[in-house]
Amino acid sequence: MLASRALVRGLQSGFWRRVSTSSAAWAAHTHDVDVVDCSVPQYNNRLDTPLPDVPFVRNLSAEQKKLKEKEKGSWTQLTKEEKLALYRLTHELSYAEMRQGSKEWMTVLGGIFIFLGFTGLLVWWQRVYVYGDVPHTLSEEWVAQQTQRMIDMRVNPVHGFSHKWDYEKKQWK
Amino acid sequence: MSLAKPAMRGLLAKRLRFHLPIAFGLSLVAAAAFKFTVTEPRKQAYADFYKHYDSTKEFNAMREAGVFESVRPTRK
Repeated sequence: MLASRALVRGLQSGFWRRVSTSSAAWAAHTHDVDVVDCSVPQYNNRLDTPLPDVPFVRNLSAEQKKLKEKEKGSWTQLTKEEKLALYRLTHELSYAEMRQGSKEWMTVLGGIFIFLGFTGLLVWWQRVYVYGDVPHTLSEEWVAQQTQRMIDMRVNPVHGFSHKWDYEKKQWK
Repeated sequence: MSLAKPAMRGLLAKRLRFHLPIAFGLSLVAAAAFKFTVTEPRKQAYADFYKHYDSTKEFNAMREAGVFESVRPTRK
């Protein structure tokens, strides 16, 4: 059932087309932008590399090219917005944005609890329909006789079991 | 451009000088707490139990209850 569902999804995403062309030709298409060429330096947002291997924006528009030209002059001539624009050309996320974190942990925790709950249902079903009878030594009668014998033997008379039994009144303290 | 030069050496020594006394102190406190809340009461409980313990009486009670195999209950 799962295999047929995967097959349907594969067909929907052009599985047969992908099989017929090589991956390089496929990457040249503009269809699938998730293909990453790992043989050239890549951009990365990491706290421990403040200057990544390549700038974030590779293909500059005419306006951005003009800004890059202005950057070659004295930086005191740049306005605050221009400096920010230059930063965003070379970096995708600032340090504050990288450190931000998300609320994903709530989803993860929720998923964990959902599956734990489902597992609990399965275990309950198993207890009712799969397990056999409990041993006879756990029946009421047997446990009563066992308890009486433990009291007679003076099990743990200082702190534990027999300590809690009143031998004069013959009842629990 | 006039930041103070950061500490370059002795970082571990500084940390140890701060944390070791605390560690030793807390360990001693934990040991003392355990001694006075667990072991001393336990020793006292055993001492009290055995102060007025009549082993013969207990033995006979157990014998009548029938828990021994070497001596059966006295036939009456």
